[in-house]
Amino acid sequence: MEQPLPDQSEPTDIDGDRAFTLNRRTFVGASAVAVGGLVAAESLAACSTPAAEPGQAVVTLTINSERRAVPVDSRTSLLDLLRERVGLTGTKKGCNQGACGACTVLLDGRRVNSCLTLAVMHDGAELTTIEGLADGDRLHPLQQAFIDEDAFQCGYCTSGQIVSGVGCIREGHCGSRAEIREWMSGNICRCGAYTNIVTAVEQTATRA
Amino acid sequence: MYPFEFSRASSERAALAAGADGGRYIAGGTTLVDLMRETVERPTSVVDINALPYRDLEVGPAGLRVGALVRMTDLAAHPAVREQFPVISQALELSASAQLRNMASIGGNLMQRPRCLYFRDVTIGCNRRQPGSGCPAIGGENRGHAVLGTSDQCVATHPSDLSVALVALDAVVQLRSTAGDRRLPIAAFFRQPGATPNVEHDLRPGELIVAVEVPAGPHTRRSGYLKVRDRQSYEFALASAAVALDIRDGVIASARVAAGGVATVPWRLPGVEDALRGRTPSPGLWTDAVAHAADGARPLAGNGFKVELLRRTLARQLATVAAGTV
Repeated sequence: MEQPLPDQSEPTDIDGDRAFTLNRRTFVGASAVAVGGLVAAESLAACSTPAAEPGQAVVTLTINSERRAVPVDSRTSLLDLLRERVGLTGTKKGCNQGACGACTVLLDGRRVNSCLTLAVMHDGAELTTIEGLADGDRLHPLQQAFIDEDAFQCGYCTSGQIVSGVGCIREGHCGSRAEIREWMSGNICRCGAYTNIVTAVEQTATRA
Repeated sequence: MYPFEFSRASSERAALAAGADGGRYIAGGTTLVDLMRETVERPTSVVDINALPYRDLEVGPAGLRVGALVRMTDLAAHPAVREQFPVISQALELSASAQLRNMASIGGNLMQRPRCLYFRDVTIGCNRRQPGSGCPAIGGENRGHAVLGTSDQCVATHPSDLSVALVALDAVVQLRSTAGDRRLPIAAFFRQPGATPNVEHDLRPGELIVAVEVPAGPHTRRSGYLKVRDRQSYEFALASAAVALDIRDGVIASARVAAGGVATVPWRLPGVEDALRGRTPSPGLWTDAVAHAADGARPLAGNGFKVELLRRTLARQLATVAAGTV
């Protein structure tokens, strides 16, 4: 199913990417609709002469230790850059309002909501997403702890929880279960797996 | 989101010129990007100011000076701020989430816009968003709205916790534009809605927040912030209290008290401060001092509980700060 190109004069729900409209996955309203085919991430990253249309810019980022030049519309959020332009869909779009934490990534080492920042603001930045935590086939200790402790049910918030948990452990806010709950409060879990999420973070922090 | 021109200001001069030309400043983006996506905000030009040299944080004998681009996390965690201005650290760490505090700047915190759901919904009227289009909150869902400083045009609550602490401590906002610098007491920075709820600050076109200064005093060390809300974390205040006390030889020499979550702007309470000055701390004193804290309140159908909640929040925080257990 193809979608018409959005008119530049109208607002778009997806932070407007005109040039690649046919090559992205997108959410329309509340239901997920796959638009066109999935493009290989490499084909975007390999664009040697990215189109520089008005309102477009090329952002160069290091994502999970890999340097990429990504052409984006100025409206593109960092989250949409990851999901729609680079093909790293492990980072989830929950509320798209900074109210749920599903989109948490590490930006220059600090956890942030990738939905609330524009990609064009982060030229030269270093990003770590859920895809970048494992060491080859060996899961990050917190990923393994989420499995061992059964710290999820539906799994939608999980990548945000784990990346946020990595940030929380690095910050040293894991002194008690109460402290972990407070400093992980930016990640909502509608299944209510909080008890086991706190256990997974606590155990990983203790062993770190 | 509507299209806009994006630029990155590499110098202060470039930023101020772009601002004078109608450009909208962006720092952390946590408010602006959200509202642009909702099309509540429709800037045609957005100017990234993150490269400007407003990242200094100094604590000296005269007080605290924090650059507008310092992130909430970093101001809250600064050891000297924790020790000498605990109300500021506490107000920050009770705000938002760890992720948002890593992104959001101090200048942007003062520029937060209301969380009123009608303000955020462009399909419905809102005097603040579109002057003259009405205020559905007054007769609608208003449990979270203000009881103080309201008008018949707008009843939205001011969302910032930090600003409540800053108002209590007589902070000064340093502003800069192509016309020069000026310094404004923070209480004068925020505007009550009155007949023009769309005007939220005493900012001139293109003016930029450079820094916030907080004078030191014996009261700043004995200070703290209490936030009462529907859930324990990651939620806006229903009522909050910023309290700073200077207690000498068992007598309150001076008090600074402000409230959040109940008013259209961070709400200083000089009447409560007067009732505390020269008195000896006691449980009875707290109750007496806050008895008139909500005088003049205009409760709506859904938020009448805030009148008593404000008094109790203040009394509890006065007792906590006086006991030195903050």
